Amino acid sequence: MSQPQHTISILAAKEIRDGIRNRWVAATILLLGTLALTLSFLGSAPTGELKVAALEVSVVSLTSLSMYLLPLIALMLSFDALVGEFEHGTMLLLLTYPVERWQIIAGKFAGHSTILLVAILIGYGTTLAILILGNDGDTTGWQAYAAMMASSLLLGCVFLALGYLISSLASERAVAIGAAVAAWLVLVVFYDLGLLSALVLDEGRFISEGLFSALMLANPADAYRLFNFAGFEEIGRLVGLNDVDSGLVAPLVSMAVWVVVPFLLTVARFHKREL
Amino acid sequence: MNTTQAIELSNVDKRYDKAVVIDSINLRVNYGENFVLVGHNGAGKTTIIKLMLGLTQPSAGQVLVMGENPVNRSFSARRGVLGYLPESVSFYPHMTGLELLSYYARLKGVPNTEVGKCLEQVGLHAVATKRLHTYSKGMRQRLGLAQAILGTPELLFLDEPTTGLDPSLRRDFYRIIGALRTNGTTVVISSHSLNEIESQADRIALIRNGKLVACGSLEDLSRQVGLPVRTRLAVAPGHLARVTEQLERHFRIDQVNAHSIDLVCPLDKKISMLRHIADLGDAVLDISMTAPRLDEIYLHFMNGEKP
Repeated sequence: MSQPQHTISILAAKEIRDGIRNRWVAATILLLGTLALTLSFLGSAPTGELKVAALEVSVVSLTSLSMYLLPLIALMLSFDALVGEFEHGTMLLLLTYPVERWQIIAGKFAGHSTILLVAILIGYGTTLAILILGNDGDTTGWQAYAAMMASSLLLGCVFLALGYLISSLASERAVAIGAAVAAWLVLVVFYDLGLLSALVLDEGRFISEGLFSALMLANPADAYRLFNFAGFEEIGRLVGLNDVDSGLVAPLVSMAVWVVVPFLLTVARFHKREL
Repeated sequence: MNTTQAIELSNVDKRYDKAVVIDSINLRVNYGENFVLVGHNGAGKTTIIKLMLGLTQPSAGQVLVMGENPVNRSFSARRGVLGYLPESVSFYPHMTGLELLSYYARLKGVPNTEVGKCLEQVGLHAVATKRLHTYSKGMRQRLGLAQAILGTPELLFLDEPTTGLDPSLRRDFYRIIGALRTNGTTVVISSHSLNEIESQADRIALIRNGKLVACGSLEDLSRQVGLPVRTRLAVAPGHLARVTEQLERHFRIDQVNAHSIDLVCPLDKKISMLRHIADLGDAVLDISMTAPRLDEIYLHFMNGEKP
């Protein structure tokens, strides 16, 4: 009889094969790679010359891009993971196999996060190599770039888990895709706007620095930004984050919680679902 | 734990909101048996199979499969010895038949060498590398059977397996299932094709509106119903009137034809009827008897409702 780890790897391998077959892997690599390269070259445009920018500048521009892009990619990978199989009828058969329900979610998670990992490694990794070569082998700031890559994967995982939760709650695919887009808009776009409006209207009466930091940290996309901007004081001032001194650990913990909680909620919801 | 019964349903109810889909059903399926669930569409056959597979929980009562509640997490590991073909089977359309079966084999922990064998058994060897969206309904159903029989299951569940299949495919289907049965596989089939299923069944459960109406072998059910044996006598020319008159005293005559008489008699009077016929001597040229068929038994239990 197959072992749990083995079952998860079988399920993950299927997701990866599906991702390769339906061009998700190729499209994501191409998208991340092209945008990373473009941003890295344009990053130095304000200085008046079009040349390869320093790694640290790329980290800032790529963070701003990934914050919007990776959540969207992750949600598109995961929103129909469960509801799609229910709707299509394949879940019925799968659940009669020696597979536990949490393993199905874990397998999909392992597969989808591997797709994101490969896309980030190749897409952003290629840019990293080009930047280093373009700067005559100067590797200054590679740690920040590597940390950006790792935290990008974590951000992707947050939205994979959210996608599964949506997929376990939705009654049909059409509802799930709507909810996924709504989740993206709320967490990635409107949250910051809302927070900013609240700050302006409040005029420092109720929203203390501490509360503001906490509210920023509570959102996974902002936590991602805080993590990557932590090393750059001047950037923090530019994007309005200079008041938030969250360190490196708190944003990572916030993102990790955003992976674990939706994942566990998905497992609980999926266990209750009958066929 | 009772090891003599493969499946045991005790006072099982299944309700969705207030709709009662399964109403206090008690059923036992013995190891090695071919157990057939018969009933019209919507009677609850599929729900019973889903309860047996642990895909849905009973609202009340207990389901035991191989001595264990199939909803339990610990049952998951034992699913490797189950096979299931749903009523309308769906696969991943972008996969090939071979890829799909290999995937299921890995999940079941069945060696990959079995995959080719199963594909050959169901006659899909030649199209194994074609994508599933190109498969016809018959091919998909064959593939469905192939995945169900992977690793020679101990318990095989087939939900309306031959609906929409042509007669030659049906024959193939029952041939494969027959071969599994000789290996000791317990088979649970739901069907509303009565004539097709009656020769396959060890025992039959008649389900109506979520209730178990009757359960037993074809002979048991015939006896319970008291359905008559139908007999046709070929009568020598010129003897029709006399034979009819003599038999009428003891038995019900259904119809008198030009050269034959159709008689009906209860099962328990069969021998006495044969004696009377023997007494008629040369006036009777030939005799043919028909035992009650499943469709007659079904109509009796279902009060005339057709499956």
